[in-house]
Amino acid sequence: PAFGLFIFTIARDPLRIIILIAGAFFWLVSLLLSSLIWFIAVKASDPQDEQLQKGLLIFGVMFSVLLQEAFRFLYYKLLRKAIEGLVALSEDGCSPISIQQMAYVAGVGFGLMSGAFSMINLLADALGPGTVGIHGDSQLYFLTSAFMTMVLIFLHTFWGILFFHGCEHRRWWEIAAVVIMHLTVSGSSFCNPQYVGSLVPSYLLMAAAAAWAYLLSGGSAQNLRRFLLCKC
Amino acid sequence: MITFMNNSDSEEEPCNERTSLMSAESPPVPSYQDGLQASEAGEAQAHRKRRAGSSRGLNNIAGGEMSGSGVPVRESALENEEEELTLKYGAKHVIMLFVPVTLCMIVVVATIKSVRFYTEKNGQLIYTPFSEDTPSVGQRLLNSVLNTIIMISVIIVMTVFLVLLYKYRCYKFIHGWLILSSLMLLFLFTYIYLGEVLKTYNVAMDYPTLFIVIWNFGAVGMICIHWKGPLQLQQAYLIMISALMALVFIKYLPEWSAWVILGAISIYDLMAVLCPKGPLRMLVETAQERNEPIFPALIYSSAMMWTVGMAKPDTAARGQSQQTWDAAEDGREHLRSPSHAESQMSETRSPVPARPITSLEELEEEERGVKLGLGDFIFYSVLVGKAAATASGDWNTTLACFVAILIGLCLTLLLLAVFKKALPALPISITFGLIFYFSTDNLVRPFMDTLASHQLYI
Repeated sequence: PAFGLFIFTIARDPLRIIILIAGAFFWLVSLLLSSLIWFIAVKASDPQDEQLQKGLLIFGVMFSVLLQEAFRFLYYKLLRKAIEGLVALSEDGCSPISIQQMAYVAGVGFGLMSGAFSMINLLADALGPGTVGIHGDSQLYFLTSAFMTMVLIFLHTFWGILFFHGCEHRRWWEIAAVVIMHLTVSGSSFCNPQYVGSLVPSYLLMAAAAAWAYLLSGGSAQNLRRFLLCKC
Repeated sequence: MITFMNNSDSEEEPCNERTSLMSAESPPVPSYQDGLQASEAGEAQAHRKRRAGSSRGLNNIAGGEMSGSGVPVRESALENEEEELTLKYGAKHVIMLFVPVTLCMIVVVATIKSVRFYTEKNGQLIYTPFSEDTPSVGQRLLNSVLNTIIMISVIIVMTVFLVLLYKYRCYKFIHGWLILSSLMLLFLFTYIYLGEVLKTYNVAMDYPTLFIVIWNFGAVGMICIHWKGPLQLQQAYLIMISALMALVFIKYLPEWSAWVILGAISIYDLMAVLCPKGPLRMLVETAQERNEPIFPALIYSSAMMWTVGMAKPDTAARGQSQQTWDAAEDGREHLRSPSHAESQMSETRSPVPARPITSLEELEEEERGVKLGLGDFIFYSVLVGKAAATASGDWNTTLACFVAILIGLCLTLLLLAVFKKALPALPISITFGLIFYFSTDNLVRPFMDTLASHQLYI
């Protein structure tokens, strides 16, 4: 589905592709820094202590989430500057791309990169021979990974929209809500492999974020109804 | 490396395909980095073509050098308009460059991942005589540095040789060299490549069929690259050639040497293009003085070419001039393989005399193209291919390098638009790529692995 989003909405406009790749790049840098911190922490600690390792891992995850949001903010700042440049350059005085579109594309960029990093090794291994969950782990490993990744990609997209909107209108509570949601989703993944604990809340949050983003982008219940009714 | 220059007078711009052939030597294949670098440097060239100075435009390519950022030279009365339009097209041109670079990288990565031949160590090139199988780390490092020095000096020598040939107008020699190189590349390497792919997938193929396929492929390639042909086909051939070269490099360069060489080549590229006495810069300036298209070096052009039957020939001619080309591409490429021909896309496809464009509408009909040196393609692909081949984190590292290179390319194009002069395309991208490769491999991989094993998501 994420790829579908990409193809249908982004691939047409070259500017969006650039913004997408830059968004992916920012996510990558944030990942790099957070793994650097985690790495240092691990090296500095005792490798034998299981609990400590797990604790460090959790710490790493939380820190990474915070860093991601920080980088989203940085990216927002960069895009603001870029929009001013584009407006100055364009012929009719208005930017060829609006900040909302940028928010959407940036969100997709973040999401795609995070999804790719989460899934791609799994997919590569899935091509080879083997049995899932042979050591007593869950048999649904691949499936749940796929679903979790998908929900995360969508969430990143919606968070992008919400985040940028919050920054635009200076509503700090929106930004805080995004950060908290992100933390919640990551935290819920700690419940794995009891998938109920992680997948269900994530999907619920995604639905909430989707509705919120939709409303913010100017949609409304009437629009939705009209769209659905017109089709059939 | 020889670049083939068409001796066209101002009025006429026949199709010139630029091809750079690598010096044909048999076994040790000269490495062809020059050309690559040249290409990169070339990318940086941007010359604005003024409407008034249209005489320059004829050879368009030379005239309309545009920096890789696809800033088209607009001959319009208003300079400002030119600037705006230029940057407006900027994004489109960036994408026009993204696509071929991505394609090349995909081909290389796919091959590396599936065909085992290219990751086996079967010897080294003569240009990297020091082996890396030494017991100690210091020794290995020393060997790789020595290898790099040898390689870079070979490239420098070939580059200077090429510049000299160009200066003294030994065009026939250059032409012959290029043709020989492209022949070798198209036939020999393709044969090896096909052989390995067929072996991997266990597909039986008899010699006559193979011969016919390779013959057709090579013949059409030669025609497309050196003469006329549909744009897309030429682009496809150039991409394939770059991928083949990159694969050869990945196979034959020992590990540490490859990374050091990549770094050293970026530095060399930077110096060769920006220093006043740099060979690439001299090349560009000489070509400009003579109002000739700068090297028919390895350049990938994404511009739409107008066909001969075009109703507005001057438009076409203009279009050509507006293409940006990479000066450096020419090529100082020494290929390891006997002849490595990288042809650039012919910038002037239509033999149309260039006449100054007088109306804005005509200008608008032109398609602006962006040129990037083939060397750039090759080195980007080498970086990503090496990441795919040797990184233990597999796809994450490859993906990270890929994004890093694309961002580097974006930044380079942006700088081109700002500076409007020749800039090397390699340094920024390769630096980003190297940083990301090493950091992803060592830092991110353990983190992601641990996360994945616990199925945590960030």
